[in-house]
Formats: sequence, structure tokens, C-alpha cells
Amino acid sequence: MATTYRICPRSGLQFDTAAEKLMRFHAVAGVLALLVGGIMALGVILTRWPAIKLLPADTFYMVLTAHGIDMLIFWIIFFEMAVLIFASSTLLRCRLAMPKLAWVASILMVIGAIMTNVAIFQGESSVMFTSYVPMQAKPHFYLGLILFAVGALLICFIFLGTLVVAKAEKTYEGSIPLVTFGALTACIIAIFTIASGAIILIPTFLWSLGYIREIDSLMYRVVWWGLGHSSQQINVSAHVAIWYAIAAIVFGAKPMSEKVSRTAFFLYILFLQLASAHHLLSDPGLSSEWKIVNTSYFMYFAVLASMIHGMTVPGAIEQAQRLKGYNKGLFEWLRKAPWGNPAFSSMFLSLIGFGFLGGISGVMMGAEQLNMLIHNTIYVPGHFHATVVIGTTLAFMGLTYFLVPVLFKREVLFPGFAKIQPYLFGLAMYVVALVMMGAGTLGVSRRHWDMAFAGAPMAYEWPGAAYLMMGLTGIFSCIAIVGGAGWILQIVLSILFGKKLEEGEIRSTPIPLTLPAPTTGSTVHPPATPGTMVLALIFLTAFILYYFVNWKYLSSLWGLS
Amino acid sequence: MSAILPPSERVWWNQPIDKLEFIWIAIAFIWSLTMFGMMIWWHIYGNQNLANETYKTTKEMFAAKAQAVVDQYTVRTETDKQVPVVKPPAGSDIYLIGRLWDWWPIYELEKGKTYKLHLSAMDYMHGFSLQPQNINIQVHPNYDHVVKITPTQAGTYSIVCNEYCGIGHHTMVGRVYVK
Ligand code: HEM
Ligand SMILES: [Cu+2]
Repeated sequence: MATTYRICPRSGLQFDTAAEKLMRFHAVAGVLALLVGGIMALGVILTRWPAIKLLPADTFYMVLTAHGIDMLIFWIIFFEMAVLIFASSTLLRCRLAMPKLAWVASILMVIGAIMTNVAIFQGESSVMFTSYVPMQAKPHFYLGLILFAVGALLICFIFLGTLVVAKAEKTYEGSIPLVTFGALTACIIAIFTIASGAIILIPTFLWSLGYIREIDSLMYRVVWWGLGHSSQQINVSAHVAIWYAIAAIVFGAKPMSEKVSRTAFFLYILFLQLASAHHLLSDPGLSSEWKIVNTSYFMYFAVLASMIHGMTVPGAIEQAQRLKGYNKGLFEWLRKAPWGNPAFSSMFLSLIGFGFLGGISGVMMGAEQLNMLIHNTIYVPGHFHATVVIGTTLAFMGLTYFLVPVLFKREVLFPGFAKIQPYLFGLAMYVVALVMMGAGTLGVSRRHWDMAFAGAPMAYEWPGAAYLMMGLTGIFSCIAIVGGAGWILQIVLSILFGKKLEEGEIRSTPIPLTLPAPTTGSTVHPPATPGTMVLALIFLTAFILYYFVNWKYLSSLWGLS
Repeated sequence: MSAILPPSERVWWNQPIDKLEFIWIAIAFIWSLTMFGMMIWWHIYGNQNLANETYKTTKEMFAAKAQAVVDQYTVRTETDKQVPVVKPPAGSDIYLIGRLWDWWPIYELEKGKTYKLHLSAMDYMHGFSLQPQNINIQVHPNYDHVVKITPTQAGTYSIVCNEYCGIGHHTMVGRVYVK
């Protein structure tokens, strides 16, 4: 079958027809996983809300396992595969390498996802998404994850292959775009991650079949988190790339400095794989030296990278806006931003929430000693709902508003709802993350069916404030679920019933990217970004205060040595 | 050019960095080093550092050691399950077992005295979560983790399990008295 290309009349982007189908497939598969995960979220939260306590314990743990896996693994990775294909074949305007293999990989991923879900809902695999040994799930629980990972790994290689195709067929000039560079970062980390996953999940699978007698629980945690945490850096790289992409699409924003932004991505590759230590700070058997070097990604160089992106993305927007004349005062550029455009508002809420809530809390609890205050409390899900929900999921949702007309060729239905959806989902999630962190600071456990300890001979009584926080978690989670369900409904209905849009020209040869001649010599000096700097300094102040408050709290505990 | 297109300058490496951007990078770098230094500083001057002392053990060996301490220093029992309340001498080695679904035994400690608390699990992993102090430590089977603890306030404390360990997880609560 000959390769054909479609030129999208709305964006000017060029889609390889085969790549386009794959993207749609992965986006839809991701949304379905989000739907299942979202229904599970309702079960989780209506049980953890002390006043409701909906489900019995065994169902709760089953539903929580499904929530973690469908959200964190299936939803996010399916969508990321679409992003990889987009960032390679679409942005580089070339054909996708090995489309047939890509289909095999995609089918493998779907089979894997279904298999693991079946295992979970059969009820004897309620081991949480971490599946810590020696607790054992059914063999097909692990096998599904392995198949899914193999599929994802193949698509990573297809991404790399597509970069090679573009280079060889000269479909672009110079360096790859920054967004593609970010996707490349995500892809490289993904390959490392999936390798760690294979190293631990394959033996675990054999163990569940009875071929291996025992798996050491500490070794499992060390290697598993090489998968579990490093894969969060895939998400960070992917959603940071999407921030840059949305800033470029909405504002035509150009990176403040290609050098800085690319170096920051590169720091992710260098240091992120160390991060599995974040989950082992309160474990026995590992030295403090090892913990300190690894948890800080060797002196916080990856945190440095995120702080850089956190400034350069809004900085790029500020420059673009100022060039358009929004020059009054510190913040006219921000006030006059298109707050009613859901792609932009999602992206900006994602950026702020990821930095202020997810970033600060993550670095705080990643300090070796401070981790003892937080380990396995509901603070941890509080933190990562700020990173993977506000950061990653919201960014993906925002991008989808752009993809519906461009990729699915449909008009987004209910534009009025689209305007408020990012705020409904995003801001409710801000509160959810905060109150979960609040409850966790008071000690409330994660993955825990009953904070009243029904049936325990020596029950502990949490302070009233902890109950209040969990009640608020319940209320705001429900609002967030309405926002999330609304998004799913809106996107699915738009794809099915939205007004069909013009398809655009179909060609049999790609149009290579031609750039305007370099403007050396007469470069316009980009405007300064004082507004962004003020935002960054507010962020830093919050960061420093919160960080040291927690050391103060730590110093009030029993002596430990 | 924008971030979704190749950089317009072929040699983007030589483009100067914006001044504010550079200042921010410098600040972020200093802050990163500060946070790194803070963990080391706390090891030298802080009083709350998690011990690294760990031994490989077996469930039987650990249980036997715990039993020996319980046999020697039990002062009374509590609840219907006759959980021993153990009052060991200050400075001694004490053993806490985590298992489905309790923490065993109950210790009665003296305020201001230091004890060598050994933690291990008999089956799955468990989570030692001392409340309302909020000290949280992962407990593994087959590892004997030795933590030196010095209670600083008198009172009744609970040990909640905060590593998911099955259907009875929420009933796994132990106790420590500090006199
Ligand atoms: C409105 C939507 C959501 C709500 C209300 C919600 C609520 C929750 C709550 C309350 C927990 C903690 C339960 C516990 O530890 O006892 C949890 C766990 C979790 N959530 Fe969500 N969540 C939502 C969306 C998401 C999304 C979009 C993701 C991923 C992208 C996600 C990933 C996770 C993961 C990985 C866990 C940990 C599961 C475990 O501990 O094994 N959640 N969620
Ligand atoms: Cu337990």
C-alpha cells in the first residue's frame, strides 16, 4: 500500500495517513482506559470518604488496583504513544517507519491491557499497581503488563526509526523541533523504564507460575521503581513537550533559548533513572549515601531542569504576547491570554499546578529524612495527583481539544462547556491534591479501607481535622470526576457526532518543511520577561518556606538514629 | 521559529541566553545545591535520621528473638488476644513483629531513653506508621532493620500499618506506651 499524506487545512500540519490512523487508535484506547479508571475513581473516593464508605474492603482494593493501573499505565501510555507518533511523523512531515509493525505493537498493547483488567476484575489480583511481592496476583495479571510493555517498546523503536527516516529523506532542515526533542527524551527514558520493568516483571510472572521459588521484596522494590518512577519522567517529558507545543500553537511562541530548553531535557535523560530511590528512602538495607545521591538525582539536577522548563514555557508565552503588543505592566500578557481557549487554560493550569503542588511536594518528600513524615501516607497520592493528573492528564486533555478538529476532523461539540471544563476538572483537582496532602501530613494512610479501623482490637483515633480533610477529598473528588467525565463525554460525542470538517488535500508525496531564510544579522531582540520572573520568584519563595517548615516538623519527632 | 518547527538558526547553540532566564537558572542551581547540602547537614546535626543498620534474617530467627524478649520482660497482657505488654530495660534490643494482621508485642518504653528497635515482617511487607508522631518506615520480611529510637514525649502511641497487606489491613494497629 502506498503511503499517502493529508495536509490539514486548519493547522497546515501534514499527516501520514497510516500514522494518523494509529494516533486516533491510541487516543481512543487511552480515553477508554481513562473511562474505566474514572469509574473506578468514583468507587475509590466514595469509599475513602468516611461519611459514605460505599464498598466492602475486598471490592475497594480491587477497584483501587484497577484505578491505579488503568490511569497511570494504560491511559497515560496509550496517549503517549499517540504523542510519539505525532511528534515524529507529523512534526517532521515524513512517513512513519514500519506502520505494519506499529499495528502489531498496538494490538499487543490492547490485548495486554484487556488481559490485566480481566485478571483484576476476576478478583484475585488485588495487589495494587505496584504488585509488591510476596503478595501474589494471578499469572495473567503480570502477563498482560508484559505484553503491554512489549507493544510500547516496539512503538518507541518505531519513533526512533521515524526520526531516521526523516533525516534520511531530508524532510526537515537543521535540528529537530524542540517538541520532538522532548518526545525523544520521553522515548529514551521509556526504553530504560521498560527494560527495568522486564527485568522484574518477567521473573515475577514466572514466580506466579511456580517456576521461581522466591523473589526478594527489597530487590523487587528497587527494580520495580526503576520502572515505576522513571516512567513518571516519561510523563514529565511528554507533558512538558506538550506545554511547549500548546504555547507554540496558541501563541506562535518560540522557545526563549533552544540551548537552555534542550539542555534541560537532556538533564532528564542523564539523571532521571536514579529516581527509583524516592520510594526507598524509608526502606532498610540501603545506605544513606546511596539514598541521598539517588533521591536528589545527583544534586537535584533534574529538579533544576524542571525549574528551567517551568520558567521558559511561560517566558516564551510572555515574549510572544509582548511582541503582539500586550506590554502594559508586569502581567498584561497574562491577563490578555485566551483564558476561554481550553487548550491554553488546560496547559496553564497544568503548568502552575504541576510546579506549585506537584513539584514542591515531590521535592520535599524526596528529601531523605523528610520522607519519614510522608512515606505511604495519603500525602503520596496527593502529590502524584498533582503531577500525573494536574500535570500530565490535564495537558493531554488540553492537547485533545486541538486534536479533535485537526486529527479527527470534527468540530468540538458544546464549546460552552469546553470553556469551563479545564477549570472544573483542574481546580477541583488542585483542592483534592491539597487536602490529600493535608490528611497525609496528619498521618492518614494511603491504600486503606477504613480510617476508623473497624474491628481492630486497638484502634487508633485520627484527629478531627484528618476526617475533615478526607471529607473534603470526597467532595472535591466528585467535582473533579464530573469535570473528567464531562471531558470524556464531550470528546467522544464530538468524535462521533461533531460536525465533519473538511479533510484537506491528500497527496502521495510529502511536502518537506521549508523554513524562512535565517535572519542572521538583523535578529529582533526578544522582549524581556519580568512577569514570568516575578511568578518564578513567588514559586521559589513558596518552595523555600514549605521546605523548611517540614524540617521544623521533623525536628519535633522522637530521636532516631 | 516556534517549538513545533526546527530552530530557525542552524547553529542555535551560539545564541545568547536571555538575561532573566540566566538569573533564574543560577538561582535554581543554588537552591538545588542547598537542598542537597541540607540532607547531609541533617546527618551531622539533626536528631532524626533513619538508621542503615540492617541484617538478613529469617522469619523463624526473628520470631525467636522477639519471643525471648517477650518471655523475659512481659509485665501484663492486654485485649482479648492476650497481647503481651513488654517493659524492656533502657538501651536494650527490642523486636517488633509485623504480620497479618497485627503488630506484636506492645512495648512500654521510658521517655528519654534509647532503644534498639528491630523491625521485620513475617509474611507480606507492612508499614510501620507511628501515630500521632507520624514516623513511617517500610518493613520487609527477611530483613531485620535496627532503628535506634528515643521517645521524647510520654503518652499512648499507635502503630498503624500503612503498607497494604490484604483484606484485614485496616485492623492492623499496634500500640506503644511511653512513661
Ligand atoms: C477525578 C479523578 C480522580 C480521583 C477522584 C482520584 C482519586 C484517587 C484517590 C482518593 C486515591 C487514593 C486512594 C488510596 O490510596 O486509598 C487515588 C489513587 C491513585 N490514583 Fe487517582 N483519582 C483520579 C484520577 C486519577 C488519574 C487521572 C490518574 C492517573 C493519571 C490517577 C492515578 C492514581 C494512582 C496511580 C493511584 C494510586 C493507586 C494505589 O495506591 O495503588 N488518578 N486516586
Ligand atoms: Cu500490614
